[in-house]
Amino acid sequence: MVSTEKPGPAVASTPVVEERGSFRADITPRGIPRAVREYIARVRGGDPGALPSVLGLLVLGIIFAATTTDFLSKTNIANLLAQASFISLIALGLVFVLLLGEIDLSAGTTGGMCAAFAARSLVSNDLHKAVGNVVFFALLVFMLVTIVLGVLSRSYVGPGIIAIGIILMLTGAQQDNQWLAFLFAISIGVAVGTLSGVLVARLGIPSFIVTLALFLAWEGVQLYALNNQSISTTNYNYWFGLTHNNMATWAGWLLFALLAGGYLAVTLVRSLLRGRDGLSHDTLLLVLIRAGVVVVLGGLITWFLNQNRGSGLIAIAGVPWAASLPIIIMVIWTLALSKTTWGRHLYAIGGNAEAARRAGIKVDRTKINAFQICSGMAALGGLFLADFSGGATTGLGQGDILLFSVAAAVIGGTSLFGGRGRPRDGIIGALVIAMIPNALHLHNQQEQANEVITGLVLLIAASVDAISRRRARTAR
Amino acid sequence: MSEPILKITGLNKSFGAIQVLHNVDFAVYPGEVTALVGDNGAGKSTLVKCIAGINSIDSGELLWEGRPVRIQSPNAASALGIQFVYQDLALSDNLDITANMFLGRELTWGPFTLEGRMERMAREKLTELSVRTVSSVRQVVNSLSGGQRQTVAIAKAVLFDTSKVVFLDEPTAALGVAQTRQVLDLVRRLADNGLGVVLISHNMNDVMEVADRIDALYLGRLAAEVRKTDTTHAQVVELITSGRSGDIGLSAATAAQSA
Repeated sequence: MVSTEKPGPAVASTPVVEERGSFRADITPRGIPRAVREYIARVRGGDPGALPSVLGLLVLGIIFAATTTDFLSKTNIANLLAQASFISLIALGLVFVLLLGEIDLSAGTTGGMCAAFAARSLVSNDLHKAVGNVVFFALLVFMLVTIVLGVLSRSYVGPGIIAIGIILMLTGAQQDNQWLAFLFAISIGVAVGTLSGVLVARLGIPSFIVTLALFLAWEGVQLYALNNQSISTTNYNYWFGLTHNNMATWAGWLLFALLAGGYLAVTLVRSLLRGRDGLSHDTLLLVLIRAGVVVVLGGLITWFLNQNRGSGLIAIAGVPWAASLPIIIMVIWTLALSKTTWGRHLYAIGGNAEAARRAGIKVDRTKINAFQICSGMAALGGLFLADFSGGATTGLGQGDILLFSVAAAVIGGTSLFGGRGRPRDGIIGALVIAMIPNALHLHNQQEQANEVITGLVLLIAASVDAISRRRARTAR
Repeated sequence: MSEPILKITGLNKSFGAIQVLHNVDFAVYPGEVTALVGDNGAGKSTLVKCIAGINSIDSGELLWEGRPVRIQSPNAASALGIQFVYQDLALSDNLDITANMFLGRELTWGPFTLEGRMERMAREKLTELSVRTVSSVRQVVNSLSGGQRQTVAIAKAVLFDTSKVVFLDEPTAALGVAQTRQVLDLVRRLADNGLGVVLISHNMNDVMEVADRIDALYLGRLAAEVRKTDTTHAQVVELITSGRSGDIGLSAATAAQSA
């Protein structure tokens, strides 16, 4: 870097001097060679992106495919996706707090607690009577307080969602309708996130401590909600469908067409508009090749999942909801982070909170938003987890779930130091995390092997993160 | 000679019982580099913070383009068109040059950022400032050298044409020879483009090279304002260290009393 700098003349005679070659990279089209060059430079410069996690996914996949007979079977892949779904949803939310350099240790038990309230509502048909006055009104007051806290910090979407939860509680509508019960769970999650966010951002308590304390607290509240008894949710068709049902094959193809077509349209329009404005833009060929890769990969996956994997008379086919919902949510969050001012500010805070504050960014509010998203996503993940575990059990969301979710985000490439990460990291990392127990199970290995291997994979991922950070610093 | 764009007369500032600034007069002229020099504790930072709206002032008058104004918050300062580049630069390492330059004031369409327009404006601004050391405004700040980072921070401060005065706090403090050269060239160009530039520096070589006027603070008082062409390196050093030099500077009595 330094060697390319030349001392200029002492005093420029005219203020506007466009030297030939300056900013050339900003005005010339970007073809394949340059795209490849830039990618290599980025990886070497300390921003490996998804490369390590995708490589890890491939290596593990090849090892498992070679050593077991069933790993790549249609049934097992569908299983794997269900196993990865709740980890990926919780990890998707964790990406937001990790981007700020914060952590949410309570995501797992938040999910468990929110699922517990949803399950209890549905089963009892009268949440108030089922949990008793104290718990019911405590929850109500808690949600009201978080609305006030949120609004005081000028966050409005979060409190809006919490308000919907309160309306549901008061009308009891969530007791007869599964979708409203899901919404109820998510609104409790957003309330939880508002509380942790306010404690971290406004009071300045380290997020590690805040969420460690809340991790314990939600564990207890979960037991109050369940009255110490696990509740089965398998009788609720939509809830059961979260990790068990598949999209109709035509719907799978439609989703594929929307996502791949949307990707092509967005990248193509972007390239054309930037070309029109005289800015550096990807050449048509590069755009088409990228979109082609997406179409081929997405098409293959959709086709594979649309094959019949039933063993008997009943055909089982289609993209599992456990795969499509996390992907749809990932796309939405990716757009929010990469295309909006809000997302830009989130990255800026993670990179240098003081710079962000001086630039007039509302650091507190953005932090609270991140915790709201994290806990809201944890609630959604908790619903998937409950279905996968057969119901809202008393220990739901405790144990390894949180650690696996953090690990998924980090393995995917989100930095623990803040400022770097993308929603897709949560998905890729969750696949790696879910793959290990899945394949070991096929190997008839015990739980202990799973934990050792998962731990090692996480260590490797954290090392990649630390090393690339160092590279980025020394590259200067 | 032009009228000062920012003129301060009789500024006093105390922290508790300790008076840090005594009747300081200070002026910034468009198209000129005014160097603000002084030893540690002379009151440079306090003076800058008073102008930035970070510190309140006890008494004194601020004239902006001839009108009396009160600056009570950093936002008020930037609304007038006064920008500050502090030593820590306040850049987000993980964002690119364009994103940093527009941070907190992005061009938007609804909630979405208008990347193309910001990118073009960033490039135009850097071109206008004859910055030739960065190859792309999409480079991540992380990968830039110290001089390039300083350049980006300055370009950020003067991004919009509403910026009329820019304060640079020790812009060459951590830089090597070649990079110092680039930054000083940039400082000169800012003034040539019509901005009022205030250079806060300890480095007499930088000051003598690039400044048009030199304001020396000595223990909270303005020792002297001299034109660079009328002074010498040794004289400025003397003003900084003892508040007087020959027949300019504070009276012997005042200098002794402050010390």
